[in-house]
Amino acid sequence: MGFAFTEENLEELEALAKRYPSKEALMLPALWKVMEQDGYVSMDAIDVVADYLGVPPMKVYGVVTFYTMFHLEPVGTYHIQLCRTLSCSLCGKGEILQYLRNKLGIDVGETTPDGKFTLSQVECLGSCGTAPVMQINDTLYENLTPEKVDEILEGLK
Amino acid sequence: MREVKIVSRRFDIPGSHTLDIAREHGAYEAVERAFDMGPEAVLNAVCESGLRGKGGGGAPACGKWRLAKEHSDPTKFLAVNCDESEPGTFKDRQIITKDPHLLIEGIILTCYAIGAHDAYVYIRGEYYGFQKILQGAIDEAYAAGILGEKTLGREYRVDVTIHRGAGAYICGEKSALLESMEGKRGHPRLKPHRKEPEWYFGRPTLVNNVETIATIPFIVKEGPEAYRNYGTEKSPGTMLFALSGHVKRPGIYEAEFGTPMMAYIEHYGGGIRDGMALKAVIPGGASTPVLTADEARSANLDYESMRSLGSSLGTGGMIVMDESVDMVEALKNLLAFYHHESCGQCTPCREGTGWVDAIVASVLKREADVADLDKLLDISWIMNGKTICVFAPAVSGVIDAFVKKFRAEFEACLRSHV
Ligand SMILES: Cc1cc2nc3c(=O)[nH]c(=O)nc-3n(C[C@H](O)[C@H](O)[C@H](O)COP(=O)(O)O)c2cc1C
Ligand code: SF4
Ligand code: FES
Repeated sequence: MGFAFTEENLEELEALAKRYPSKEALMLPALWKVMEQDGYVSMDAIDVVADYLGVPPMKVYGVVTFYTMFHLEPVGTYHIQLCRTLSCSLCGKGEILQYLRNKLGIDVGETTPDGKFTLSQVECLGSCGTAPVMQINDTLYENLTPEKVDEILEGLK
Repeated sequence: MREVKIVSRRFDIPGSHTLDIAREHGAYEAVERAFDMGPEAVLNAVCESGLRGKGGGGAPACGKWRLAKEHSDPTKFLAVNCDESEPGTFKDRQIITKDPHLLIEGIILTCYAIGAHDAYVYIRGEYYGFQKILQGAIDEAYAAGILGEKTLGREYRVDVTIHRGAGAYICGEKSALLESMEGKRGHPRLKPHRKEPEWYFGRPTLVNNVETIATIPFIVKEGPEAYRNYGTEKSPGTMLFALSGHVKRPGIYEAEFGTPMMAYIEHYGGGIRDGMALKAVIPGGASTPVLTADEARSANLDYESMRSLGSSLGTGGMIVMDESVDMVEALKNLLAFYHHESCGQCTPCREGTGWVDAIVASVLKREADVADLDKLLDISWIMNGKTICVFAPAVSGVIDAFVKKFRAEFEACLRSHV
């Protein structure tokens, strides 16, 4: 599958370029545009970003693989990312993880057969005071309880 | 305990993230004042205030500002660190969501003082929802003529651009942050042999934490003495301390340096929850050595006190643990974090974090023996002081504190049957 930036995204990147001393600074912004368009970064998209920035594709590949939030493969429509780090762990993360596993019928790192949900564990989400927390795509959910998880997942259907 | 709100003073006002409400309550008044004072006087005020960085290192702002300001290159940059990925730390998100104009005001003042015109706010990728609030405030500030070609009508340009990270704890380290902003993997740079500024595309650059920058408006407006009125001689002022873990009311509460730790936990956090006893406190984010309950009872929230206890103040994010916590599990949780987050440049760190994680996992599975605890300390020694950045030494400090202070618990775990 080929990749091309949408007109709108290209314009936004061009506008952003004026704010930086070098076009190479647009690496993360450009990759975020790719993520926004496709939900993951394909090899084709890597070539397009490399061309756009004027850097070798391997440099883009190196960056994509360094950052946890960029994926080389598609994930479920809803990417559930439960925080596994200490404060969340102290405040009931284990129970929420078990609940999500049972409810979705998948384990960490798996996607439901209908392609709807992917379950991941991630490191501290910077919201330890409202633990346990999870993020679904770009939305943060705090003070989780099993009932709250039900409501949240219900709302996504 | 003396209540004080310097950075958090507008947090509880409904709508404080909007320009009108923020201005009604004093936002951008310090900018007017700064233009009357001149850049040198602004810098001097910051130096006299004794302000120390709130990103974890506690470096005095003054020295860093001077290095950037006095560099002969006329093009300088400001990078504001909102990577906030240290477990137990969630204060910068309060600033960017509850009072983003305070941060923008601080950015203008800082740029003006050091002679920069372009500021970047590097925000961790997971904070996308919060980033939108900050972007909304930046847009408002542009529309009102506060940012852009002229700052409040004066001949000084300040542009602020948000740069979104993509999930890498190490990008909070200042040189890794700049590498990341240059479009590379977030690898920390080798430290120079003498004092120099940071560099962004070869240009002198100042990196400060969000909270540090958000403190500048108060110092400029009220004067350095007003700031020094709080805190201690070596730790002047206040900090947005954080409470998470087993307290009744977790959250962010500003307090002056020198406040006794337990008084803070009781007063703001409501004490330990469910009538349990305190077991330990990680004082300033996951990377600061854990304190036993006794140590916590003698600790004050300032740099000197933490140092004398062999720990450090870090980001001021306290993780409170009650008697139900299994310290072996707690260490395992943290080591999995470090194993995942090591950037991989230095062998002791890349290999060491995986190795110690595996050893503690084997302790939990009762597949280790006492010699493995000593091996843990040996590896910890190898990780200390031999790497490009202080990530590995911090992990070393974490391991030593857990294993040495709670050794009996580790040994009991080895002897118990699953
Ligand atoms: C591994 C590591 C992670 C760090 N993460 C952060 C962070 O998330 N936010 C931050 O402000 N500083 C972080 N720092 C500290 C920065 O390197 C730097 O000292 C700080 O941003 C400077 O600002 P300050 O002087 O205002 O504190 C980190 C340091 C290390 C070694
Ligand atoms: S100490 Fe660890 S995190 Fe720091 S540069 Fe070396 S490998 Fe990277
Ligand atoms: S530990 Fe879960 S948000 Fe920080």
